[in-house]
Amino acid sequence: MSRRAVGAPLSRVDGRLKVTGQAKYAADHPADGVVHAVIVGSTVSRGRITAVDTRAASALSGVLKVISHRNAPRLAYHRNPSSNNPETGERLRVFQDDRVRFRGQPVAVVVATTPEAARHGASLVVVRYDAEQPSTDLAGAPASAPVTYARGDADLAVGSAAVRLEMTYRTARNHHNAMEPHATIARWDGGRLTVWDKTQWVVGTQRELAAVFGVELSAVRVISPFVGGAFGSGLRAWPHVTIAALAARMVGRPVKLVLTRGQLYSGTGYRPAYEYRLRLGSDRRGRLTAMVHDIRAETSSYEDFRENVLAAGQTLYSMPHVRQTYRTVPLDVNTPLYMRGPGHVTAAYVIESAVDELAHELGIDPIELRRRNEPAEDESNGMPFSTRRLRECYTVGAREFGWERRAPEPRSTRRGDWLIGMGMAAGAHGTVRNPAQARVVLDARGTALVEAATSDMGPGTYTSMTQIAADALGLAVRAVEFRLGDSGMPRTPAHGASQTTASVGSAVQDGCDKLRRQAIELAVGDRRSPLHGVDARHVTVSAGRLHVTADPARGETYQRLLARHGRARLETLGLFEPGESRFSTAAYGATFAEVAVDHRLGLVRVLRMLGVYDAGRIISPKLAESQALGGMVGGIGAALLERTITDHRDGMIVNADLASYLVPVNADVPDLRAIFLEGADPEADPIGVKGLGEVVHIGVAPAIANAVFHATGRRVRELPITAEALL
Amino acid sequence: MASEPPGSRVPLGAEPASLFSRRTFIATATAVTVGGVAVASDVVPEPSPQATGAPVSGRVSLVVNGEGRTATIDNRTSLLDLLRERFGLTGTKKGCDAGACGACTVLVDGRRVNACLTLAVRLEGAEVTTIEGLAPGGDDELHPLQQAFIEQDAFQCGYCTPGQIMSGIGCIQEGHTRSPGEIREWMSGNICRCGCYVNIVKAVEQAAGTT
Amino acid sequence: MHPFSYTKVSDLAGALAAGRRGGRYLAGGTMLVDLMRESVERPSVLVDISALPLGEITATAGGGLRIGALVRMAEAAAHPSVRAAFPVISQALESSASAQLRNMATIGGNIMQRTRCPYFRDVTAACNKREPGAGCAALGGFNRAHAILGASEHCAATHPSDVAVAFAALEANVHLLGPDGERSVALADFLLPPGGTPQREQAARPGELITAVEIPAHPRPLRSGYLKVRDRQSYEFALTSAAVALHLRDGVIHQAKVAAGGVGTVPWKLPAVERLLIGERPSQALWAEAAERAADGARPLEHNRFKIELLKRTVERQLRVVGDLAGGTA
Ligand SMILES: Cc1cc2nc3c(=O)[nH]c(=O)nc-3n(C[C@H](O)[C@H](O)[C@H](O)COP(=O)(O)OP(=O)(O)OC[C@H]3O[C@@H](n4cnc5c(N)ncnc54)[C@H](O)[C@@H]3O)c2cc1C
Ligand code: FES
Ligand code: FES
Repeated sequence: MSRRAVGAPLSRVDGRLKVTGQAKYAADHPADGVVHAVIVGSTVSRGRITAVDTRAASALSGVLKVISHRNAPRLAYHRNPSSNNPETGERLRVFQDDRVRFRGQPVAVVVATTPEAARHGASLVVVRYDAEQPSTDLAGAPASAPVTYARGDADLAVGSAAVRLEMTYRTARNHHNAMEPHATIARWDGGRLTVWDKTQWVVGTQRELAAVFGVELSAVRVISPFVGGAFGSGLRAWPHVTIAALAARMVGRPVKLVLTRGQLYSGTGYRPAYEYRLRLGSDRRGRLTAMVHDIRAETSSYEDFRENVLAAGQTLYSMPHVRQTYRTVPLDVNTPLYMRGPGHVTAAYVIESAVDELAHELGIDPIELRRRNEPAEDESNGMPFSTRRLRECYTVGAREFGWERRAPEPRSTRRGDWLIGMGMAAGAHGTVRNPAQARVVLDARGTALVEAATSDMGPGTYTSMTQIAADALGLAVRAVEFRLGDSGMPRTPAHGASQTTASVGSAVQDGCDKLRRQAIELAVGDRRSPLHGVDARHVTVSAGRLHVTADPARGETYQRLLARHGRARLETLGLFEPGESRFSTAAYGATFAEVAVDHRLGLVRVLRMLGVYDAGRIISPKLAESQALGGMVGGIGAALLERTITDHRDGMIVNADLASYLVPVNADVPDLRAIFLEGADPEADPIGVKGLGEVVHIGVAPAIANAVFHATGRRVRELPITAEALL
Repeated sequence: MASEPPGSRVPLGAEPASLFSRRTFIATATAVTVGGVAVASDVVPEPSPQATGAPVSGRVSLVVNGEGRTATIDNRTSLLDLLRERFGLTGTKKGCDAGACGACTVLVDGRRVNACLTLAVRLEGAEVTTIEGLAPGGDDELHPLQQAFIEQDAFQCGYCTPGQIMSGIGCIQEGHTRSPGEIREWMSGNICRCGCYVNIVKAVEQAAGTT
Repeated sequence: MHPFSYTKVSDLAGALAAGRRGGRYLAGGTMLVDLMRESVERPSVLVDISALPLGEITATAGGGLRIGALVRMAEAAAHPSVRAAFPVISQALESSASAQLRNMATIGGNIMQRTRCPYFRDVTAACNKREPGAGCAALGGFNRAHAILGASEHCAATHPSDVAVAFAALEANVHLLGPDGERSVALADFLLPPGGTPQREQAARPGELITAVEIPAHPRPLRSGYLKVRDRQSYEFALTSAAVALHLRDGVIHQAKVAAGGVGTVPWKLPAVERLLIGERPSQALWAEAAERAADGARPLEHNRFKIELLKRTVERQLRVVGDLAGGTA
């Protein structure tokens, strides 16, 4: 009997390519005659370019061209609403004018035959500016008009609550810092553009290039089979993608442009810094009555970037009164972008810290307090939950983590120089689904090729889609090949917001179901088939063989079926069109952390963590576990290490490198464990998944922050928590 | 394929005086006393290669994954760029180009090093092993650590993986695998932003037990 | 990176000749190549010294050690004589950089390494080290990593080396070979605080080559160790650090050598701390009392004020750790 592939702990189907160095990331693709481009970034944050002296650079042997606004052609820059460009504002138009909007803005690009000459040339371009004093500090800068939400009368309710808390939390700007730098190779063949790019959305990049260059969508092809991590930074086509294509057109050769690590800090987005004031009211038993959220976040002067920072305040806990004000603050910086768990991560840090503060204030166990405020329905819209098993996450988590060993009083456990503490936090991420398509081809050998224009930045799209297809087609995993990352493939939404498995997976399921049914119809209607005349509903396919469900001996293989019919292939297009849902659907998680804090040196060490998730069906348990652990590691970074630091005098980012923008290293990461509640959410989508990539990251930083409080008795309301804050 | 740098010498272009303050190099001659000896604090002005006519490129012969290779290279070329841009061995990755991530880790004469900070011109006669050299047969046989990485799911995006594996081989050879804690410390020169550390440690442990 | 010519020398005379002509010595290259790529360093001639016979660690008469300038950090750390006699050196080295970098980088290059100050590393920022007279962006900028000790109004950059802190504690000497012959300079005199000439970082003469670092003999048994405090648990420079070496006889401290890192413009010797320890019996109170003097003379900047307290606690902690090894704290 063939085992089901979905739910089986398979190794990655692309594992071999990755461990042998054969997986091709953006800058790895060979292109005949390729030349190299290096961007020159502005050294001021605001002002106008008054001169560009390219003589020294142009004189270098090997330098082919130096491009700036002085000699670049005007580009179409059509509007492109079907992208992740912010709705409000005007995207950066490279080399189209003399304005400098942020430090590091591309002001020129040097194209040369070797990387060495290009980089040297870039260091020789002299740009002069008429500089103005930039505004880059969120603190104190004026905000734009707020987005608001209200139910009940939260201000009144907080004012009259038996217990009131008021806190301001701050979170630092974080950069995605995937290990693969953004890179683009661009090649024109006449009027047709081919681009190998690091992107989470080949279709999005295709649309943007078509809009920028004013060419037909069909004239642009974007290829991206492997993405070396992205965490959101690949959801938009950044200026350098345009620059690579522009340079390739101007020099008439393929151009490779790889951003330096330093350039990533201004050349791509980031999780904006926040100032978040929260007032809450509750009764003495810890029942929340109201929350008032005043939120301020960074954005750029030219685009209004907003993310979903409001959802958690509306739906995580039950309370009659909520008021939210979300303001963005335009600064002379580049535009932020979604970063893993966008908005939710920040909101969860604030809310989950505040709830922990309330629990401490009232002397109630933090888990118990959360249970008391568990909503019965989605109070933001009155919808029932399809599944919401947060209580179970708490129960399982508390049991497996040994929560009962936690002394209620903070600062009560000490081992030598170390103060030990436990903390936990909840997180939720609304399930996102969007239309998707997938092509399924079964060939005469009985093997299947499934393809969709999605991507795999690490969670394992290749593997999970293969598993879904294998089961739906009744094939062994090795008889299925899944391909992705080419804009010529059937359209899918962006590979972000944890929607890939739900959306693309449902399209794959649909396509494979259709194909299987098509084969079965062919067989039962075929006199020469052993299945002739059998009710199609009674036919199953397993291990590549169609047979009567109750009589496995009676049947035949796909191969025989196709051969007999002289068909080289069967082909279908799978579709997923999410309808209006009557349910509120989200993935949930509870994260537990135990930390040690050196009582004299202020150093925080995470000792262990556990995450328990209600994420619907888990297609690939082995890969899901890696993803959850990775989410925790990212959370350790956000809680304790990560911050992009700007010198507000001139807007210089002072730690734009991996030696001083600190992400966790191996030594920072102890034993981590993930548990997935078994089950599926049939209302979520046809395959019952709720999304995983975001929720595993969302409650991590507050769990650690709460553990630090429990260890030390000191509440730090700012991320990352540094040694100086704990001394 | 990547193009050859033109000619065997890359002449310097004229550099504008405004950009190159020679002040860095030509300090005023003051005298300070060190250990009773008067020391002039000026630095000899550095002659430009152009002025001396010294070549800024050279030939290097080295062995990469068991295969002898000779190339004429710009002196500035890093081993990393030599592998990637000239030899087409793109398995070795660039994460920072500054020694701060470990993605470029390869073995040079058996030791793990950062290829981004290694000037290729220094490698005359050296033996370099990259990820492509571990399972050269193309048959099913993988290096035990490659196999362990797959079995333990010690990666997600896979970008840091070649560096992790080469570093892990170094770590095992050095004998720094006596405990998970020791592996963590000695594998800390390889950042994995996907956060696969727990499984990387398991994979190194597994391979250390079998090699 | 600017073009340069490259020559590899095989003997000391050849190296000195090339050095005299203005060539820049290239050892492991981990610092130089990095700074050249950022255009911070623009040497026009690189002199590869890796083939010079400076890769030995030898015992000196009386129990000291001579560590050749080209000994790799990894080799020095693992060397049995170093481990046995001066664990503080092994520990400082093994808490530095990464395993890969330690396989490349040399002892000579390590003490010659330049600051990690971000304004020094970014050629568009004002930096008196890079461009004397240009001003110092760090003094009024983000200066968490900067020095609280030894800064001047021209520069507050720290010397980033760990092992140099251990060397400073042990009062090591730097052996130099130059056109005028050999000489030896105390490390404390070799690394220069910025004063009015932050561009002058070492007391090396033009073309001088470091041949070795010599650790003088110390009374035995000598207990020593290095504590490095940092945000991340590995692969990061020190926020603060302490190198401590103690010699006890009959329960009394007869020799105390203490230096601090991450806090000074050069590795910072702590004579006031040492003086308080000599002649005393180990106790928690003694460690605390002595460590109280660790930050004497400190002048904090906007973002590094916390280092004053952190430094004291770092020193106190490491006194206790080494003191316990050396004979136990009463
Ligand atoms: C990401 C990263 C993290 C790091 N972390 C740490 C850390 O935590 N702790 C720490 O201590 N260090 C750290 N380092 C610094 C590293 O230790 C130094 O780069 C290294 O020690 C320099 O040695 P090298 O042999 O590579 O020197 P090179 O780069 O070859 O040379 C450095 C300088 O010394 C000169 N020089 C070298 N040898 C001689 C000689 N014999 N005589 C005269 N001059 C000479 C060169 O001309 C050059 O100016 C880190 C480096 C990086 C890139
Ligand atoms: S690319 Fe070499 S260490 Fe990052
Ligand atoms: S697997 Fe993605 S960075 Fe390590």
